Amino acid sequence: MSVTAISVERPPAQARGWPRRRIVGYALVCLWIGFALGIAAYLFFAWNAEFFAKYAPAYLRGLGVTLSLVGISMVLGAALSIPVAYGRMSRNRVLSGLAYCYVYFFRGTPLLVQTFLVYYGLGSFRPQLSEFGLYLPVINDGLTFARFTLWDFFKDAFNCGVFAFALNTAAYQAEILRGAIESVPRGQWEGAASLGLHKLQTLRKIILPQALIVALRPYGNELILMIKASAIVAIITVYDLMGNAKLAFANSFDIQAYIWVALVYLVIVEILRHGVEWIERRITIHLKR
Amino acid sequence: MRIALRIALAASAALLTLGVAQAQEKTLRIGTEGAYPPFNNLTSDGKLVGFDIDIAQALCDQMKVKCTFVAQDWDGIIPALQAGKFDAIVASMSITPERQEKVDFSHKYYNTPSALAVPKDSTLKGVTKEDLAGKTIGVATTTTHFNYASKTYTDSTIKGYPSSPEEQADLANGRIDAIEDDIVVLQQFLDSPDGACCKILGQPSPQPVEIFGPGAGIAVRKGETDLVNKLNEAIDAIRANGKYKEINDKYFKFDVYGAES
Repeated sequence: MSVTAISVERPPAQARGWPRRRIVGYALVCLWIGFALGIAAYLFFAWNAEFFAKYAPAYLRGLGVTLSLVGISMVLGAALSIPVAYGRMSRNRVLSGLAYCYVYFFRGTPLLVQTFLVYYGLGSFRPQLSEFGLYLPVINDGLTFARFTLWDFFKDAFNCGVFAFALNTAAYQAEILRGAIESVPRGQWEGAASLGLHKLQTLRKIILPQALIVALRPYGNELILMIKASAIVAIITVYDLMGNAKLAFANSFDIQAYIWVALVYLVIVEILRHGVEWIERRITIHLKR
Repeated sequence: MRIALRIALAASAALLTLGVAQAQEKTLRIGTEGAYPPFNNLTSDGKLVGFDIDIAQALCDQMKVKCTFVAQDWDGIIPALQAGKFDAIVASMSITPERQEKVDFSHKYYNTPSALAVPKDSTLKGVTKEDLAGKTIGVATTTTHFNYASKTYTDSTIKGYPSSPEEQADLANGRIDAIEDDIVVLQQFLDSPDGACCKILGQPSPQPVEIFGPGAGIAVRKGETDLVNKLNEAIDAIRANGKYKEINDKYFKFDVYGAES
């Protein structure tokens, strides 16, 4: 925390009466409320029990696919982001260059392009991918060994989705991690060193606890962005939430299909947002005055 | 003040564009997909070409109206028509009961059967439900082929693709065991370098008319009976005056119109 004195200015007094700005503000709020009411009314009048009975189970299945896709990618991405962040902060030119290129590529190209490259691009290297394989134990009627190749992995659209998403989020998470660690003043490292703590101990016991508070919000944002971005796997034939909504729309031509899916995404994002806020309140108790 | 000014400016701009849009209303705007060769396709420089486009142009010439073409993704094509982005869909759209609830159709302007393609080294023998049990079939969603595959091949995994080129790419990659599509579209794919991998397995039989419909028609917004009548007359006219045959022969070695209805 910085100790330099900051002159705090008193906020301007609340305007009285009805200045133009206030009127415009109220008008806009009313517009939004009207919009929300419109959607609610539409859903109420368009309520179609048949539609619900027919497609709700598909939406639930899709929700499961979306959550597992994002969950697995986030965890794998977090694991991968550690070496990348290390590389970014490394003084070794080669390491930091490699990490920089990695982050540069994955942050600089659309996730949609990356997903296509993995799904259709790797698909055209099938013969090469089929050559790399290893024998893994399989349990069917006793333990046997079967050969699994890279192609067996990339054949599946879900795996391709996880692969692309994990690589993508790793780049973002690496930057979040690096930014958070670098936000902790150098003096903390020096202080720890003067107490005889070695680097790993310093990182684990002093730097990370402070850095992760800074990183929490960006991590939450990244998770929310991933949930929303995951909708693009629908075009590589993964039936996630969006994929099922598209299918429901294709069969019914009913715009409800998309309104419902938007609401489900909205609810997920809202839950995550509150979750992150709750965690933040818990871990910043010592900073409250 | 500035906000009010901006709103006023935006409103007047919107009014202006509205005026322009109304002035253009006299031309017939035709929506098509552009990813379904040889019926409709986008060339590398962004021009729409294909059988559908030529037929639509011939119909417009016949009706003496000016036509413009709009490319639109397949699964949003009916909503886009309803939203008024264009006035008619000429995109090899099969006339089906579900679609007739949303749009009105002209008479068919062609009818070709559905078929399945497989890799050349495939061990598949036939196209029955039993033959394809446990296999993965790729189909473009929102198509009659997709509806047929989902209803018929219940023991197989049906993978839905946004359009035909994607399903063809995955068949060539070997991700899927078979694809179902219009036989003409499949044949076009097999004749291309990418299609060298694969062959036609066969045509499902019978091809129920309640799923596949009587053929591909031109879709317009519900209630536009005038336009439908004009289109029907124009279809009959180009069938009669040889224009249809000319276009047909440009693309196909056989008559795609099918049986006279």
